[in-house]
Amino acid sequence: MIIANRKPFEEIKAMVAPFNRILILGCGTCVTVDFSGGEKQVGILAAELRMARQLEGKPLETVEHTVQRQCEWEFIDPIADMVRSVDAVLSMACGVGVQAMAERYPDKIVLPALNTVMMGMPIEAGVFVERCAGCGNCVLALTGGICPIARCSKNLLNGPCGGSQNGKCEVNPEIDCAWHLIYEKLKAMGRLDALMEIMGPKDWRPAGGGGPRKIVREEERLEFMEM
Amino acid sequence: MTEQAPVSRLEKILTKGYFAVTGECGPPKGADRSVIERKAQYLKGTVDAVNITDCQTAVVRMCSMAVAKILLDLGIEPTMQMTCRDRNRIAIQSDLLGAYALGVRNLLALTGDHQSFGNHPEAKGVFDLDSIQLLQIVHRMGEEGVFANGEEIEGGPVRFFLGAAENPFADPFDFRPYRLAKKVKAGARFIQTQLIYNVPKFAQFMQRVRDLGLDQKVYILAGVGPIKSYGAAKYMATKVPGMDVPEEIVERMRKTPKEKQKEEGIKICVEIIQQVKEIPGVAGVHIMAIEWEEAVPQIVEMAGLYPRPEV
Repeated sequence: MIIANRKPFEEIKAMVAPFNRILILGCGTCVTVDFSGGEKQVGILAAELRMARQLEGKPLETVEHTVQRQCEWEFIDPIADMVRSVDAVLSMACGVGVQAMAERYPDKIVLPALNTVMMGMPIEAGVFVERCAGCGNCVLALTGGICPIARCSKNLLNGPCGGSQNGKCEVNPEIDCAWHLIYEKLKAMGRLDALMEIMGPKDWRPAGGGGPRKIVREEERLEFMEM
Repeated sequence: MTEQAPVSRLEKILTKGYFAVTGECGPPKGADRSVIERKAQYLKGTVDAVNITDCQTAVVRMCSMAVAKILLDLGIEPTMQMTCRDRNRIAIQSDLLGAYALGVRNLLALTGDHQSFGNHPEAKGVFDLDSIQLLQIVHRMGEEGVFANGEEIEGGPVRFFLGAAENPFADPFDFRPYRLAKKVKAGARFIQTQLIYNVPKFAQFMQRVRDLGLDQKVYILAGVGPIKSYGAAKYMATKVPGMDVPEEIVERMRKTPKEKQKEEGIKICVEIIQQVKEIPGVAGVHIMAIEWEEAVPQIVEMAGLYPRPEV
């Protein structure tokens, strides 16, 4: 899933300062699960903003709504009337949702309330970690199911570097050394020989080095055309 | 180990079987070349080649290629260090062509310290390649005369005497000799290790290196360096990742009166050189006396490694 963090309140407050009536739009998918931009967080942010603006003597009117997925036209098309009724939309979706809204409603100012951080998962209640960097050419088959691109600070393909100590990364003792994990995993599985192969220089084009990425599934398109 | 004629003095020293001594010169955090000239006077004639660090610990300093050229002008053979932190494969290969044209022949290929340790922690690290991939690329530039993409280099092969680093004390300890083997497979002809203070643990590492037959394939230079003070010893023992400074060395520095600590640090360094010299498979020492270059002549002399052989 996509994991995000709410922007600092002062930054959000400054962004919406010129407006009198805004739509605070949550997203019911990833950012609901990571507690950054779901229905509950929409309610909290709306209350905080109204209160702050009340104190400043410049009341703010908020419309609160959450769609199931802000990154798909079919979920954001039905809220056109709601969008039309406000000065600006404060989106609590990830960057994809913010852009979907901005594209669908080109005349409306759409503002991001979140900083989109990573693709990852909760490893325990309230703790989220990065797991995938979307590099477009998965190497997990060679690394015991542990990603060195997303989880090694230097995204080494032939680690661990000299900064691996007691299973931790020298960059931050909070970070597990991905290559230590890979080594231990492959050792336990009797597959250490896989580590003796040198992984050559990576082709970064599928990772975005070839410009913004696009995937076309022809069979899906044809079906759509027939409809 | 190779049929080809040596390209550098360091390669000659090692291929002829002499015990090599290399030093290190940290470029200044400024553009004043006299800083290098001052450091160089202590290294000229006392070591076979001088490593020039590439913005070590990710702090902006004069670039290693420029310092390498200054050393060449002063009659000192440089070993240029090249990291993957700040350059992609285009910039790296371009710099290598330039360095070669300027007369640089020894190259140490490194991944590089992470930018978060340096003075611009907000910078974006590049890491297009890692050190092993860099070794592969430079090796092919020399052997096949091609760039990373397979395209031919105009004018033929660009052959460096190619080295790599290894930290025998990093984790997982058991995997370190295998990672060294990967570096050799990628094209490393010499290895300079992280600073050694724990000699028994290094000897254990070397035993495994010999078991893999790696000492027959690569020249291993043991990294050594004088400790300036008790404070420095304590700092390295507790604060520097990947460093292994045994308690007895910290204790020995602690018991030494402050005014004698520098002398004691040099003495310990010389003792370590003498100990690692006896370990089979050790082909030389790499003396790292960053910001204390003036200690190097004394260390080399006390260790019985002066004068350096003429090759």
